[in-house]
Amino acid sequence: MIPTTFDYVRADTVEDAIRLLQQSNGEAKLLAGGHSLIPLLKFRLTAPGTLIDISKIGELQGIRREGNRLVVGALTTHHQLHTSPLIRETMPVLADAARVIGDLQVRHRGTVGGNLAHADPAADLPGVALALDAMLEVQSEDGKELLELDGFFLGPLVTALPETSLVTSVSFLIPPSDAKSVYLKYAHPASGYAVVGVCAVVGTDPDGTINHARVGINGVGDVAYRAISVEERLLGQRPSRELIQQAAAHAADEGDIGGDLFASEEYRRHLCRVYTERALEQILLPEGTA
Amino acid sequence: MANMIGTPVKRKEDPRLLTGNGMFTDDMKLPGMLHAAFLRSPFAHAKIVRIDTETAKQYPGVIAVFTGADLIGKVKPVPTMWYVPGADLKAKDRSPLALEKVLYAGEAVAVVVAEDRYIARDALELISVDYEELPAVTHQEKALQEGAPLVHDDVPQNLALLWKAGEVPDEAFEQAEVVVRQRLYNQRVIPNPMETRAAVAQFNPGSGEMTIWCTSQNPHIHRMIYSGVLGIPESKLRIVAPDVGGGFGAKIATYTEEAVVGHAARELRRPVKWVEERREHFMATTHARDEVIEVELAGKKDGTFTALRVKNTANLGAYLSTFGGGCPTIDFGLMITGAYHIPQAAVVTYGVYTNTTPTDAYRGAGKPEATFQIERIVDLFARKVGMDPLEVRRKNLIPKESFPYTTAMGLLYDSGNYELTLEKALEAVDYEALRKEQEELRAQGKLIGIGFSTYVELCGFGPSKVAGAIGFQGGVWENSTVRVHPTGKVTVYTGTSPHGQGTATSFAQIVSDKLGVPIEDIELVHGDTQSISMGWGTYGSRTTAVGGAAVAIAADRVVAKAKRIAAHELEVATEDIDFAGGVFSVKGVPGREKTFQEIARSANFAWNLPDDVEPSLEAQSFFDPSNFVYPFGAHICVVEVDKDTGEVALRKYVAVDDVGKVINPLLAEGQVHGGVVQGIGQALWEGAVYSENGQLLSGTFMDYTMPKARFFPRVEWHFTETPSPVNPLGAKGIGETGTTAAPPAVVNAVMDALQPFGVDDLDMPLTPEKVWKAMQNRREGI
Repeated sequence: MIPTTFDYVRADTVEDAIRLLQQSNGEAKLLAGGHSLIPLLKFRLTAPGTLIDISKIGELQGIRREGNRLVVGALTTHHQLHTSPLIRETMPVLADAARVIGDLQVRHRGTVGGNLAHADPAADLPGVALALDAMLEVQSEDGKELLELDGFFLGPLVTALPETSLVTSVSFLIPPSDAKSVYLKYAHPASGYAVVGVCAVVGTDPDGTINHARVGINGVGDVAYRAISVEERLLGQRPSRELIQQAAAHAADEGDIGGDLFASEEYRRHLCRVYTERALEQILLPEGTA
Repeated sequence: MANMIGTPVKRKEDPRLLTGNGMFTDDMKLPGMLHAAFLRSPFAHAKIVRIDTETAKQYPGVIAVFTGADLIGKVKPVPTMWYVPGADLKAKDRSPLALEKVLYAGEAVAVVVAEDRYIARDALELISVDYEELPAVTHQEKALQEGAPLVHDDVPQNLALLWKAGEVPDEAFEQAEVVVRQRLYNQRVIPNPMETRAAVAQFNPGSGEMTIWCTSQNPHIHRMIYSGVLGIPESKLRIVAPDVGGGFGAKIATYTEEAVVGHAARELRRPVKWVEERREHFMATTHARDEVIEVELAGKKDGTFTALRVKNTANLGAYLSTFGGGCPTIDFGLMITGAYHIPQAAVVTYGVYTNTTPTDAYRGAGKPEATFQIERIVDLFARKVGMDPLEVRRKNLIPKESFPYTTAMGLLYDSGNYELTLEKALEAVDYEALRKEQEELRAQGKLIGIGFSTYVELCGFGPSKVAGAIGFQGGVWENSTVRVHPTGKVTVYTGTSPHGQGTATSFAQIVSDKLGVPIEDIELVHGDTQSISMGWGTYGSRTTAVGGAAVAIAADRVVAKAKRIAAHELEVATEDIDFAGGVFSVKGVPGREKTFQEIARSANFAWNLPDDVEPSLEAQSFFDPSNFVYPFGAHICVVEVDKDTGEVALRKYVAVDDVGKVINPLLAEGQVHGGVVQGIGQALWEGAVYSENGQLLSGTFMDYTMPKARFFPRVEWHFTETPSPVNPLGAKGIGETGTTAAPPAVVNAVMDALQPFGVDDLDMPLTPEKVWKAMQNRREGI
């Protein structure tokens, strides 16, 4: 449990960090909260020559509202997500989901930018972020660009983040004011990571017709994904148990689902359906779930 | 101060440990100390063709690299220490570092000794080993099959031992009204105490003396064995177990790494430290259980048991670990009939070598497996004859009038009142109401299950005569000295070696009652072969029943001597002295008295002693009990199974234990909580999994589920006290009752919940997927 030797440098600004990344010829890793990276180092599963510490860069902090989006600095910790009044007020599901990440230490150290850029398929934020139409602001030597989170995850721990660039902030779409949302997680009893985590955000017209539906799922697949097949089956419909069951049956359609020691592919698909069903029932049939 | 025994005194140890002032092996820092790291085999079975250590030796900061070949003649193989008689035992000693072949993934192949642990760890990657991989076998039943790869070339069929006990004629089963049979798997678990193993060795080249500080549950056993392995007389070898962060049996065994560290210190003439990484611990420290148990129970339609026959096919791993041979044979086999009157019983155990980490004792060692099979088959029997599992138990439990009771396997159960614990447990859960609730909830589609475990356990090791008869290479008596200083403060020495149990507190309570000295004035010394002449350590729930008894007897001897001195000073006959509450008084003469402290001073100053009384005030006892002790109890578990996902939720857990006289109810309850959650851990979550080619797949805490506090409801504990007649305290053992009782209570509860699905048995751990699939198969009519 001892990493290989590495150099450590601290970046004071985003430009600084980008310059250091460029200088390292792909041998460097960014260190923010470190709660995913350091275990990998200790298992010697990764052996970067240099760690660039970005945890003190002030411009990566902060949570603010911009139009119909919340912009969250990449260094915002899970604990800050959980306790921010602005998040609690506009998208409580993000605050709730942040509360079930790891343990107290992880939540105080782990960051939203690090979590998404690390692309662990069993992490809790990716599904929630997908259900909130997240966009990533990414900065490189060429300047800033915006990437949609949907499509950002390419595989386990692999993303579309260009080399020598870093995530500076994440923005989330504020759901319609009448929308309801929930994140339901089945935690692996050993690791605490999601075996399945389903985030549903659903809005309805005054007559009950579903006018907004987002379902983001992490844990079961190679990458977190949006369950478009579920969303499509909900939109324009009136909620019913039957509708929910029909829609949830497609929860795994977009997932690239595999098995492991704890849960087979078959069981993961099953859990994916059950948890999607439960999430939708909580939102759409709150009194009828007993 | 009077009657400290039975009082829930808070642990004397805790302020020191909780404020970070413990002294664990890894806290040791000696001048000039070097650090060792072991290179381990990535393969489960391979020939070592070549090892090149040159590059590693050149790495700056590396002092030495040793391979197996370097140690030949300097460090002898480590032997097994339990020669189970009549079992045709084929013991294979372990070389300190692998020689021609590696036999399991994680076996140590080379050691680097360097200026710090980072250099040592880095240099491991500079050692190049050419392996020629060989076919591996990890499952005991496959290993027995013809044509299976041989772990040791000269052990046919990989059969390390074949042991039989008891006899049951075939007619007992052929002519029985009812016979139930079940194949059970008691899966492999990994102990994982909070502190991994560690050792620091220091050699004095002038005197030839060596000290090894290490994580040991039995330093005197380790001294005896390492003395032979290292070629250092016991008189010059000191083993110290400083603070030890748990063991659960894994620190009983004698391993190779500690010996290698000792040798490195001797050869390099500098102290050497090694601390096992958690990743190493998963592979390099003993595993446990891993027994395929086929059980047959015969009986009558009215629910009476008549005969039991058990076959255990046990996975011993690649070598016979120190006491590895005894767990699935003696410890398991003699306890197969459990708490029931079963007139006839027989057992056979196949102990099998495989390419896996060796197995050895783990909290209960054989008794949890024995309890598991009998408690499970009793439930299946009840199902077959259509009776409530409670009624079948009531019908067959050994009645209290029968004690002492000789079992079909020849053990003499010392004392018991089994029905009482059962009735108390039923009351605590309100059994009738619970069954009614279960029925109502079933009608609503909810699955509640109630599981029993009415267990008895063998512990308090034990009479040394018996140890000899069962091939245990050592004695199991215990040693204590109670030393009274001139000021009346007391130091107690014990040959047991506590490592988290709170023994400094419980033994102080015993001495406090005997001497009338406050427990703050009593210190316990343990875990150092230089301070304590001899002893056999802490395992087999023997610390209180054997070690505590020795303490009590030594304290009695101190009182006897002190009385004579008091009588002399008070100018009366010894018979006329009363001693109570720390005061010696003359019978019938109020006010004529001396305090214990005054007599302590008199004894040590020796200004005015009777002619035939020697100075000083201390006494020693070597206590060898006449029998084991047999704690027992009734545990009831209530679970709810999620129909959609198979998740098992614990609703309630009630434990009623009888461990004889309880010295400290607070410590006892702690032991129950710890043991029960560890037992539930095996039932629901834990399990070591190997791939076909011998890779440990569950090799980190990301995959191996250690139970967490949030998984549990509060374990409700009650106790009854049926004293044991075999020691002066009347105490039995409590450390292993939880791991013994809990697994079948949980599994029986889950099977009870699944009864509507006709599911009779599932292998532990009862993961959600297994439970869901079992329901699924039934739903689909398979």
